[in-house]
Amino acid sequence: MSDPAVMPAATGKRTIEIDSHALNFGPQHPAAHGVLRLVLEMDGEVIERADPHIGLLHRGTEKLIEYKTYMQALPYFDRLDYVSPMCEEHAFALATEKLLGIIVPERGQWIRTLFAEITRILNHLLNVTTYALDVGAITPSLWGFEEREKLMEFHEAASGARLHANYFRPGGVAKDLPAGLTDKIAAWAETFPKFLTDLETLLTSNRIWKQRTVDIGIISPEDALGYGFSGPALRASGVAWDLRRSQPYDKYAEVDFDVAVGRNGDCYDRYLVRLAEMRESLRIIHQCLAKMKPGPVKVQDRKFSPPSRADMKRSMEALIHHFKLYTEGYHVPAGATYTAVESPKGEFGVYLVADGSSRPYRCKIRSTGFAFLQAVEMMSKRHMLADCVAVIGSLDVVFGEIDR
Amino acid sequence: MLVAALADVAGLSAIRIEKGEVVAEAARDTLVATMTTLRDDPRFAFQQMMDLCGVDWPQRVPRFDVVYNLLSVTHNQRLRVIVATDAATPVPSTHTVWPACTWWEREAWDLFGIVFSGQPDLRRILTDYGFEGHPLRKDFPLSGYVELRYDEERKSVVYDEVKLTQDFRRFDFESPWEAMTTLPGDEKVYQERAAEMARRLADEGKGA
Repeated sequence: MSDPAVMPAATGKRTIEIDSHALNFGPQHPAAHGVLRLVLEMDGEVIERADPHIGLLHRGTEKLIEYKTYMQALPYFDRLDYVSPMCEEHAFALATEKLLGIIVPERGQWIRTLFAEITRILNHLLNVTTYALDVGAITPSLWGFEEREKLMEFHEAASGARLHANYFRPGGVAKDLPAGLTDKIAAWAETFPKFLTDLETLLTSNRIWKQRTVDIGIISPEDALGYGFSGPALRASGVAWDLRRSQPYDKYAEVDFDVAVGRNGDCYDRYLVRLAEMRESLRIIHQCLAKMKPGPVKVQDRKFSPPSRADMKRSMEALIHHFKLYTEGYHVPAGATYTAVESPKGEFGVYLVADGSSRPYRCKIRSTGFAFLQAVEMMSKRHMLADCVAVIGSLDVVFGEIDR
Repeated sequence: MLVAALADVAGLSAIRIEKGEVVAEAARDTLVATMTTLRDDPRFAFQQMMDLCGVDWPQRVPRFDVVYNLLSVTHNQRLRVIVATDAATPVPSTHTVWPACTWWEREAWDLFGIVFSGQPDLRRILTDYGFEGHPLRKDFPLSGYVELRYDEERKSVVYDEVKLTQDFRRFDFESPWEAMTTLPGDEKVYQERAAEMARRLADEGKGA
């Protein structure tokens, strides 16, 4: 309030100044999707400035990886984006394979493609439903988590863990799929379209949902490119860019799928793109199951992948290989690579520098959400406080990977 | 194709293909002009700066590399630009070319202590408020210098010096024999593998 003493009494007009409020959003707020601290400067209920403070989940992953062998470094990738663990492993496995110059056997590549797509559905289910939860719809998350549980059973059957799978390895996958798992996946894939349709009836034409998301947090294609967007957030702005299509890795060149593209770049389009992507993922899963043939799942060179237990009981050579792999690890020839995969959130890259030893010299993790979060200020400016929640939800940020 | 075109860009040198990826070294002082060319020239059209990171080479002068990974969605090509610098010399900030650079530059400053000139928002980003040092430098210990603990007397969380209950262990498994990745008499396998990889990369190069 202005001082009454300086008010021009003669005119009879009163000048009222309203201070903007600073508001601390998070780090414990459930809609902050983890540990985002957002310092908001508010003009009434309108956001004037948003300053995300990140790093509350910083664990020094990149530093830790420098002290581990390549095989020991892999589980850290599960813990980055814990919603889509296998896709993160995929990036590191591909980068190491590139430096080593090894080629994964056919079946290994098919399994990785299959599980990368299962992981994509897993991620999108969590994002779409919790995003709806942030905006006020509780039912989708209750339904979605049930479906996620089925998918995590597949993760568990393949790798032994629901979340931190440690399944993709440089040179293939840890072990072959257990008997009968492909049938279970195929059976689930038959039921899933119905679930998606049900989910859509809850949200897509829901009046409240549309009021909260249509024309909220619009980002133009130019801005999206400049801010380093990728994945569904970039495609929702109308840029048809998908690394699985344009720079295919593993078996993506051999499967048929469409790239879903939005038009307006608002929160609603980002939701629609994710929903369409789940259907495409399902198509890829069907193709993977059909085209997969029996065979080895990892490189058969014992210098890179460990021998089987049975071999170790009989062969001295196998025992030595096992011992060397799990103590010293394999040496990776000196060199550097930037290898990126289309993770469910967007481009997830690993810049891996090897110096010829058995430990990475530098492993930079290009997290997808880092770029998204930087644009939150631009996207939520002059929006209401509640819209900021929708923007964050629609961008699909996970702090495990942003803070590393 | 890209390599030949890059030779015309002022400020780029040592343009080469490493494992199928195009790499170039850029002069530090003219970096912004070089990057603007890479973004705006229709032959390159690198609309996206996907990743910026530091790499520490303590034995080398200058000590740091700043690595930019650029992506063109129209030409479907990538380029890695490397700029060398030391702890004192600032690198011109490219946040005017790609707004995405701001946070990545903050991160490089936070983790490596690389200074970016012209960057208005050079705060720490990943480490704690009031953190000292640059943790990804090779001379920064893995355990750090301080640790957090709850102080019963002061009824709050306080920083303390790191106290390791046992010595920091770093096993050296590298025996002088195993340091040879190519074993004597086994060269043929590696040559064949290298040739196969080269073929594969050449095929990928054609597609790009």
